[in-house]
Amino acid sequence: MSTGTGNTQGALAPVVIDPGPDAEGSFQKPRRAGRRFARRSRHRPAWEESPTPLGFGLKALALLGIVLVVLYPLYTVILTSLSTQDSVTRAGGLVTVPDEFTWSAYEQIFSGGVVSRALGVSVFVTVVGTLLSLAVSTLAAYGLSRPNSVAHRPILFVFLFTMFFGAGIIPTYLLISNLGLINSLWALILPGAVSAFNLLILRNFFMGIDQAIIDAARMDGAGDWRILTSIVLPMSKAVLAVIALFYGVGYWNAFFNAMLYINDNALWPLQLVLRSYVLQGTQLPGSTTPIDVTGGAVTGLPIKMAIMVLAIVPILIVYPFIQRHFTKGVIFGAIKG
Amino acid sequence: MTSEPTRPDGASTSTVEAPRAGARRRRRRGRADGVPEQRLSLRQRLRRDRTLLIMVAPALILVLLFMYVPMAGNVVAWQEYSPYLGIGESPWVGWHNFARIFTDAAFLNAVKNTLLITTFQLIFYFPIPIMLALLLNSVFSPAIRTTIQSIVYLPHFFSWVLIVTIFQQIFGGAGLVNRILTENGFAPFDLMTDPNSFLVLVTSQAIWKDAGWGMIIFLAALSTVDPALYEASVVDGANRWRRIWHITLPALRPVIILLLILRLGDALTVGFEQLILQRGAVGAGVSEVIDTFVYYQGVVAGDWSFAAAAGLVKGLVSLALVLGANKLAHVFGEAGVYRRA
Repeated sequence: MSTGTGNTQGALAPVVIDPGPDAEGSFQKPRRAGRRFARRSRHRPAWEESPTPLGFGLKALALLGIVLVVLYPLYTVILTSLSTQDSVTRAGGLVTVPDEFTWSAYEQIFSGGVVSRALGVSVFVTVVGTLLSLAVSTLAAYGLSRPNSVAHRPILFVFLFTMFFGAGIIPTYLLISNLGLINSLWALILPGAVSAFNLLILRNFFMGIDQAIIDAARMDGAGDWRILTSIVLPMSKAVLAVIALFYGVGYWNAFFNAMLYINDNALWPLQLVLRSYVLQGTQLPGSTTPIDVTGGAVTGLPIKMAIMVLAIVPILIVYPFIQRHFTKGVIFGAIKG
Repeated sequence: MTSEPTRPDGASTSTVEAPRAGARRRRRRGRADGVPEQRLSLRQRLRRDRTLLIMVAPALILVLLFMYVPMAGNVVAWQEYSPYLGIGESPWVGWHNFARIFTDAAFLNAVKNTLLITTFQLIFYFPIPIMLALLLNSVFSPAIRTTIQSIVYLPHFFSWVLIVTIFQQIFGGAGLVNRILTENGFAPFDLMTDPNSFLVLVTSQAIWKDAGWGMIIFLAALSTVDPALYEASVVDGANRWRRIWHITLPALRPVIILLLILRLGDALTVGFEQLILQRGAVGAGVSEVIDTFVYYQGVVAGDWSFAAAAGLVKGLVSLALVLGANKLAHVFGEAGVYRRA
């Protein structure tokens, strides 16, 4: 592709795959870019032979199989979390056929204790972390996206290099402990706050914005802050949403940092609770006492599955709103940069 | 000359001039606001771009502190580091720790496992996103396509803890599959703790999690194929399979090579979180990789310097692999991950 990448010359210029004849237009009108994928296959071309019944059947079967492989485990997990201990015992494990429903597993994990606290920690880390990462990356991406600004190449290289060489677990751990961040939630946020990959996606997108609009604003007396907030950011909502999701999912799913830096289990995020109580089968403190409405103690599988559902739900909520932007976001990021 | 319209990249739109002159002029021109660069001293340029520099500063500080300071912290690999003495006071031991690595049986085992898992995944995981993309690309209904796409992308966003737990609930000793097996009179097996099938286990987990996501890039490459090529090949009498072989697959070639190279550069990094979660169940014999070795030797066993040396060697070899793989791509005439323009 010929536009937009002029000032990566001399620095590390990313590989460019030509995104097709109408990519030029989509670059300047980001909102329409997604249609390219849908438009292409609306009709079967005249020359394409229609599939044989056998081929059609096999293809349908394969696709159905793929979809089931993804959805069936989720279905049984959700169903089990909503089941009574009785139906779990009857089923001998995960519930696969709907039986009796109850919310008692959820009531119990939300009634305070380890899981509720962990949920709070996870939400805090995810929200604060995502906001911080997004703010810092957006600013840096804009700062590095203006053509010929002073020192942008060496600075860009500083970011890029972290994609090829990591310092390693041990020195990072020593730094975190020397900074006194052990048992602090900041240890879960700060070390991974800037992802060079996400920064590059943003930078590429910002560089694709038509320079004429920015020049016009500059002519009208807008400074860089004003241009960023009034022009660039409103034009970049889709890519910002995708990057926010990438960062958010990263914070939400991280357990290794917590495993390293958080010893106090009152500060454990949800993933660590999932690991120790669900995966390793450690007893959940204080979970054995409450008696549920059906008369049996709700421990075991429904609770475990409810914790799992808790770890999935935020992703399921955000996902539908953002997933239609994936293709574009990943293509601009992964291929172009 | 300055009133001439400019493209966003600052290149000249004039077609008359030779490219050399264009390049020279581009260097002379300043930022897009038209201030010529060469007339400005560094001081003036710093002043002009101070807003941009301020914007970059927070991210730069975070990266310098949390990525580059630890890089310097790797000096503990040359020490007999003690947490009580700190980096300043710990005694220096030269290359001792590096010498230890290459004679340490546990480390060599970790290297072996790392390479084994990488190779296995390369063979059995890598083709699957390509096949998925071909399959999905042949679906003509946009509604069905996008629905299936959003479903198979989904597991990419689940945490490894979740994925391993799901696998455990389904394939574990008390899991769904075993229940069905025993109910039908077959002998149960515990996939989650069997060292012999561990390679299959980690690979199928990786496929379940990321194969759908890996498909994106191939779908994108497929969407750029010019339909006229297919049309022409049909006129020449090519059937469905010939079209895949002669048009679709060649169109994917650059992406396939690019991703193979990226994988090669990443060869020493195999699913750290995934493996550390299952090391306990399967045993270190088959599941210890370099990353988990570093964690257990350093953070758990407290042999900080030895673990740091192992981690440093891994990082440097990985860096060399990325650079080498990229070089290889250039040899094959592909653009590679990056290039010096």
